[in-house]
Amino acid sequence: MSDTCLKFDNLTLGYQGHAAVHHLSGEIRRGTLTAVVGANGSGKSTLMKGIAGILKPISGACISEFSRLAYLPQQSELDRTFPARVIDLVSLGFWQKRGLLGRMTPADKTDLAACLAAVGLTGFEKRPLDSLSGGQMQRALFARAMVQDADLILLDEPFNAVDERTIGDLVVLVKRWVAEGRTVLCVLHDHALVRAHFPRTLLMARTLVGCGATDTVLTVDNLLRARGFQEAWDDNAAWCGDGRSLDDASGQVVAHV
Amino acid sequence: MFEYFICPFLQYGFMQRALFGSIVLSVSCAPVGVFLMLRRMSLTGDAMSHAILPGAALGFLFFGLDILPMTIGGLVVGLLVALGSGVVSRFTVQKEDASMAAFYLISLAVGVLLVSWRGSSVDLMHVLFGSVLALNDEALALIVGIALVTFVAFTIFWRALVAECLDPLFLRSVSRIGGPVHFLFLTLVVLNLIGGFQALGTLLSVGLMMLPAVAARFWSNDVRSLCLIAITIAVASSLSGLLLSYHASMPSGPAIIFCAGAIYVFSALAGRRGMLSSLLRSSRHKTA
Repeated sequence: MSDTCLKFDNLTLGYQGHAAVHHLSGEIRRGTLTAVVGANGSGKSTLMKGIAGILKPISGACISEFSRLAYLPQQSELDRTFPARVIDLVSLGFWQKRGLLGRMTPADKTDLAACLAAVGLTGFEKRPLDSLSGGQMQRALFARAMVQDADLILLDEPFNAVDERTIGDLVVLVKRWVAEGRTVLCVLHDHALVRAHFPRTLLMARTLVGCGATDTVLTVDNLLRARGFQEAWDDNAAWCGDGRSLDDASGQVVAHV
Repeated sequence: MFEYFICPFLQYGFMQRALFGSIVLSVSCAPVGVFLMLRRMSLTGDAMSHAILPGAALGFLFFGLDILPMTIGGLVVGLLVALGSGVVSRFTVQKEDASMAAFYLISLAVGVLLVSWRGSSVDLMHVLFGSVLALNDEALALIVGIALVTFVAFTIFWRALVAECLDPLFLRSVSRIGGPVHFLFLTLVVLNLIGGFQALGTLLSVGLMMLPAVAARFWSNDVRSLCLIAITIAVASSLSGLLLSYHASMPSGPAIIFCAGAIYVFSALAGRRGMLSSLLRSSRHKTA
């Protein structure tokens, strides 16, 4: 396997013909920790969905080399009133390894306990989901991502409505994943947190504004550029010509057929 | 005691068949109802039961009161409605409850038109309300077959069914099985409704599916025990409903569903998670 884990090749993603991620090209190297930064509506979550394969590209491609993927969406469709226990939720993470019918081995059970311990949820195994606080639920979802033992991990605004102590714990966890050689992409809004803990940053405003070492990407210039894009759909937006260069297209809403 | 509760079943063959059929149906239907409830599709069962009517009516029009064509007709139309509403909701912005409402209403209208075109009202009553006391060998074999299919499907796809209910987006990120499992589940709903319609009629077969399931929710917070409790409630309703219909000379289907309804009201009031327990909650509490 090559050193590149993810490659965006002129990737355009969107909804009903309107581009949300527009002609994005770039590379994410294996074993790196990258923050994905941008204003609301800049296409961060859409990019995550594209990488996870939930949203098919309108044009271009997202070429990925990984054996297992873990995706923690921003808006989970998790039903918190479902009669399940923490352990039922976390052990869903074994799906990729055990499939529909495979049984959990004793080693899996040890793994599960270790993952729960790592997120600080030891003793919560039998607790029903509807009794968890927001932070505890987020810890449980992190435990599930750990159980998945994925080499590419996508976290979409994982620290929303989570207190500082929990954020601290979870950041330590994320760094440990990277140290284990996993590739992590994490959508974040808190620039201070990004500068403190994330060596690489992908800054986007529908198109790519910058991708590289955090210091060189999160510059005043770039952040200004990232702010200047039109958020709303525009039905009168021009159709995007295929031959158009990236710079032409940036800063506009461009509809795709 | 003995005379009241046991004798009817010992003395009459039709009561034995009714008991056997409704117990097998209970074991098969109740878990399906539990998953319908957990997916917030409790009314889908009702919609589907209306939807299979024209299929049954078509079978009835061409072959009379014969179980096989009515079953096949109901199955085909039920699956068409499930597939149609699934396809519309998947490829448009319309949610599945809306598209299913449209399809089942169309189906119901066609069904009533078909029945009134050829059949007498007595036959219509039979299609709508069934008769558990008139179960023949074929009907019993059908119910047992459907119960077996349901049991095997639940055993194999249990994990996927739970995952699809609990966190569908997660399932989509790790597997493509979500869509097929959803359709398989709707197929099980249709099959079980068809199993029930010989005994209870199209309109009431959904009762044995949903009432025990929603009653069970007042007693437990675990999927497996929900299924077991729902089965127990369904079996108890079948037994008491049959006795009620025998002693009071009432129609058997509605009597069974009525008993299930009584258990539901009792559970809603007195269940571990029911109304009384939340009203009578004392101010005593643990510090953590």
